[in-house]
Amino acid sequence: MALTGRQKMWWAVITVLVLVYALFPVFSILATSFKLPGDLTSGRFLPTTWTWENYTQILGPDGSARDLFLPALRNSIGISLIATLIAVVLATVAAYAIARLDFPGKRLVLTTALGVSIFPVISIVTPLFNIWRSIGLYDTWAGLIIPYLSLTLPISMWTLAAFFRQIPWELEQAAQVDGATPMQAFRKAIVPLAAPGVFTTALIAFFIAWNDFVYGISLTSTSAARPVPAALAFFTGESYFEDPTGAISAAAVVVTIPVIVLVLLFQRQIVAGLTQGAVKG
Amino acid sequence: MASITLNHIVKKYGDGFPAVNDVSLDIADGEFVILVGPSGCGKSTLLRMIVGLEDITSGDLEIGGKRVNDLAPRHRDLAMVFQNYALYPHLTVYENIAFPLRLTKGQYTDTEIDSRVRNASTLLELDEHLERKPANLSGGQRQRVAMGRAIVRQAQAFLFDEPLSNLDAKLRGQMRTEIARLQRRLATTTVYVTHDQTEAMTLGDRVAVLRRGVLQQVASPRALYDQPVNLFVAGFIGSPPMNFLPGRVEGTDLVLPFVRVPLDARLRAAIGDRELVIVGIRPDAFEDADVVAQDKRGSGVTFDADVDVTEWLGSELYAYVPFETDPAVQQQLEELDRELDGEGMRTQLVVALDSLSTIRDGDAATLWFDPASVHVFDPESQDSLTRDDEKAAAIDAEAAQARQRATARAKERAAREDAKAS
Ligand SMILES: Nc1ncnc2c1ncn2[C@@H]1O[C@H](COP(=O)(O)OP(=O)(O)OP(=O)(O)O)[C@@H](O)[C@H]1O
Ligand SMILES: [Mg+2]
Repeated sequence: MALTGRQKMWWAVITVLVLVYALFPVFSILATSFKLPGDLTSGRFLPTTWTWENYTQILGPDGSARDLFLPALRNSIGISLIATLIAVVLATVAAYAIARLDFPGKRLVLTTALGVSIFPVISIVTPLFNIWRSIGLYDTWAGLIIPYLSLTLPISMWTLAAFFRQIPWELEQAAQVDGATPMQAFRKAIVPLAAPGVFTTALIAFFIAWNDFVYGISLTSTSAARPVPAALAFFTGESYFEDPTGAISAAAVVVTIPVIVLVLLFQRQIVAGLTQGAVKG
Repeated sequence: MASITLNHIVKKYGDGFPAVNDVSLDIADGEFVILVGPSGCGKSTLLRMIVGLEDITSGDLEIGGKRVNDLAPRHRDLAMVFQNYALYPHLTVYENIAFPLRLTKGQYTDTEIDSRVRNASTLLELDEHLERKPANLSGGQRQRVAMGRAIVRQAQAFLFDEPLSNLDAKLRGQMRTEIARLQRRLATTTVYVTHDQTEAMTLGDRVAVLRRGVLQQVASPRALYDQPVNLFVAGFIGSPPMNFLPGRVEGTDLVLPFVRVPLDARLRAAIGDRELVIVGIRPDAFEDADVVAQDKRGSGVTFDADVDVTEWLGSELYAYVPFETDPAVQQQLEELDRELDGEGMRTQLVVALDSLSTIRDGDAATLWFDPASVHVFDPESQDSLTRDDEKAAAIDAEAAQARQRATARAKERAAREDAKAS
């Protein structure tokens, strides 16, 4: 479809508006992270003097928030990766069954998964807190990974099941006729087509775990398991009267970087429509 | 290359419905056999059982004299072109064609694979597309890639499942002759599923007609057209289809809706003491009475008919003549029509005339046909009463001989070309 000049202009305007709306807070945080504490209330968008002070505070060898931030970063990365890995493996197996097999209770599995995912987090967190304390999962990695699975599994299952339904499974048979063992047929004809879906799902699952705050703050008490979003709440300024906003902004920028890196890395994998051309029509 | 033998093959799906029922068929080494039948009659199922993608409920399947019922597809060494092409979308055309070769670990060196793929792509005129992905190809090109993947290794047999059904008419014609040429040249045993009349009649050495999972008749295209065993085969083979008319015996005549046909010895023997039969006459058995040669005219019968609509196709002229059918056979014929994927339309006679004929819409025409060309069917069993087994066998034998000569010539030519090329 060729766009007329007018349509093009409108699209440009809308694109700019959306970009500004989405990116303004990001730039604001970025700018704030380079401000001196005294500069925070100046009411100006850009810092008057640019400084790395906030970053040294959270990362530097003798930064005041270092002991709070670095363990939290380690926790966040470890917990999110493990939760993602488990969720994707389980969801792949489940979605494969849902997409390819007809078994009793298939709809039940799907609706239950949906039900779990719309259950408000805040309502489970208090009972979980009590149970975790009594069985020793409180303030441990496993204590966060398990509730994260309840968030990431349902959405992963749904996305993957939808994705798997579009895969032309006949290719598996074609490969077998071409001389492949069932395992080879799966690996050479199906996995390459399923991989983008699995990568996309893994990214979504990772972001969900990475961004969680409620579980993170409620089910941890020390740096043994506390993730970054929760740790930010414990940041304090140099003195009682000083706001930790600068340090929080710097930490926010630091935790955004892995997300951006992940998206850029897997951008090529997240290609929609890779299954086109397999069959006629 | 190998022969394929089906021995009382039955396929029942989970619901117990026999999709293929007691099919026995011998396919000789190098033979080109067509499976035809209306939609849902079990053609794909039969093919998928041969290739090993579907379990055989009962019966024996032999390839090259060896029973293969329990062999996995990859051990049967057959090449298949699927009803939709089933290309690997993440691989280039080159890699798609090379796929079967790469799976035979170590059997081919990289240079061998390369030369085989390039041979196949040259044969199928895919050379300039080798680096493209299937998504960027046209339907005809995809179809050729699927063929390339099938011919690149010397499989025991080729299996085609309606490979041309998605192409436009012109391309279908081109690919049809291409497949015929390829098969003559490679002389590989081929089973080809279609429900296209032209493909069935032109491609195969023999055609097997299936009806609801049951094999009706296996014969050369000519024998099938000339000597059908029953109403179903007669109605399925031929385009436009055979006309079916109710025929009532009155004294020494067979009374059709338009005309009384005097019973000769052949018809009398066929009809026996039946009072009502179904009469089948091919559209091309009719002629415009005005243009029939005088000496021929005496041997046939003429009748007047009101032509409703005519269709001029350049080489032929179709004239349609509506008629009232006999209620006694109406239901039978309607059911047959439905089974043949028909539209259940008005009963009308289709007449194929010479394109020079001056008959036009609404004319009253005088038509002629020879009673010797008339088929007679039993209305109950639907079996043909006029089928001549000896004649059918003679036609088949002649077709087999012609085929042998054609294959020998094609092989000679291929050998000559290969010698020239090297
Ligand atoms: N997996 C299956 N489970 C149950 N019944 C099936 C299955 N596959 C096919 N059938 C039934 O078997 C019969 C034959 O199907 P088949 O696909 O072989 O038909 P076909 O002759 O290839 O038709 P078409 O010309 O439409 O491709 C049909 O009645 C169909 O409903
Ligand atoms: Mg089919």
